[in-house]
Amino acid sequence: MLNKVYDWIDERLDITPLWRDLADHEVPEHVNPAHHFSAFVYCFGGLTFFVVVIQVLSGMFLTMYYVPDIVNAWESVYYLQNEVAFGQIVRGMHHWGASIVIVMMFLHTLRVFFQGAYKKPRELNWIVGVLIFMVMLALGLTGYLLPWDMKALFATKVTLDIAQSTPLIGDMLKTLIAGDQHIIGAETLTRFFAIHVFFLPAALLLLIGLHFIMIRKQGISGPL
Amino acid sequence: MKRGKGMKFVGDSRVSINNRKPNIPTDYSEYPGKTEWFYPDFLLKEWMVGAVFLIGFLCLVIAEPPPLERVADPTDTAYIPLPDWYFLFLYQLLKYSFASGPFNVVGAFIIPGLAVTALLLAPFLDRSPKRRPLDRPFATGFMLLAVAGIFYLTWEAAAYHDWEASKEQGKIRDVVEIDKENPAYGILEANTCLSCHGENLEGSVTGPPLVGTELSAEEIMDIAVNGKGDMPAGLFTGTEEELQQIAEYILSIEE
Repeated sequence: MLNKVYDWIDERLDITPLWRDLADHEVPEHVNPAHHFSAFVYCFGGLTFFVVVIQVLSGMFLTMYYVPDIVNAWESVYYLQNEVAFGQIVRGMHHWGASIVIVMMFLHTLRVFFQGAYKKPRELNWIVGVLIFMVMLALGLTGYLLPWDMKALFATKVTLDIAQSTPLIGDMLKTLIAGDQHIIGAETLTRFFAIHVFFLPAALLLLIGLHFIMIRKQGISGPL
Repeated sequence: MKRGKGMKFVGDSRVSINNRKPNIPTDYSEYPGKTEWFYPDFLLKEWMVGAVFLIGFLCLVIAEPPPLERVADPTDTAYIPLPDWYFLFLYQLLKYSFASGPFNVVGAFIIPGLAVTALLLAPFLDRSPKRRPLDRPFATGFMLLAVAGIFYLTWEAAAYHDWEASKEQGKIRDVVEIDKENPAYGILEANTCLSCHGENLEGSVTGPPLVGTELSAEEIMDIAVNGKGDMPAGLFTGTEEELQQIAEYILSIEE
């Protein structure tokens, strides 16, 4: 039955090359922890992606309750955490996932670096990877403000002060991300929300897509 | 053009074999050892690793509820902020005199900028075809140095941070409805009690809450006059009668 469905679609859309990219390819021995336990270092990238999936899903559920305005933001997070069934678990997954993803990404970066896997022909994929790292840090930074508690507000104040101290474009940069040159308030929160929920995830998904396409195109680097 | 199942590809690529020109990409069969099909064999193993990881992750989530401090109060100037742990090394860097104040540009832009640029351009800085860490001492050395620096700065920031005070300053304080029309409330206000103990007597970083103190009237009067802990003596400047009044008032406030 499944085969027939596959054939029906394949006849029209020629999905065999796509299926091959996704699933029907060989995994070499040197990356397979079943053969060499030390190959567990190759899991870090996949686990990073796994946590990204957790972040996207838990984040989607958080927005069902979260209200991005300064009157209700904290109240909605408090309600979510203390009243909503499993709210604490969903928020906990998003909170801890944000830390774990940095850890896994750090380990993945070190693995690729120390194995020299970024060398020709994989330079572009390394650059995309570093950009993913930056986007992820920016996601952590913008997500920090959203609960609108003391820590959120004052840590963001420091961040914006640093942004403002950028030579030449400091004031403009601060106005762009905070919504005002002096006030950190309602508009800052909505901007950070928009950046955290729309702009950065869009950039992240695009970069991750490029990352994976390049891996499939180039294959994984050979054994050391 | 042949399509569908049974297509033959060059190596691990999606380039189909056309038998006209030799295609280049190296096949994994050129590496010694046992290759395995991704689907379903290897996927199952990845799935198991993912499951174990997820269990560990959920244990962490259940054991440590996500923190939430009290609602943001922009007027509280005493609050000492701390970034998330993975920015602690930058936070620490900006504390050093060579990277702060007039040299803020060094700590906030030059050092991190150089590090990020070097990381981004690593493939073009480390161009030899050698891949083993020991065969490229500069790349390995600089990365080890950077990692050591990040770990040291993070440790330094965490070790010298007062985590207890941090926890105290952000605590969500229960606000009990109190009778602010009572003349005793005016006496508390006049004697600057509220500036430390809070407008709703909910307490603050500098003074404990006065709600449900479990003290006797004598003890309350004694503390008001003679102080306690960080609270100096002589803050209360009212009459004996007023002292009596505020003691009764504070006693009357239950949690």
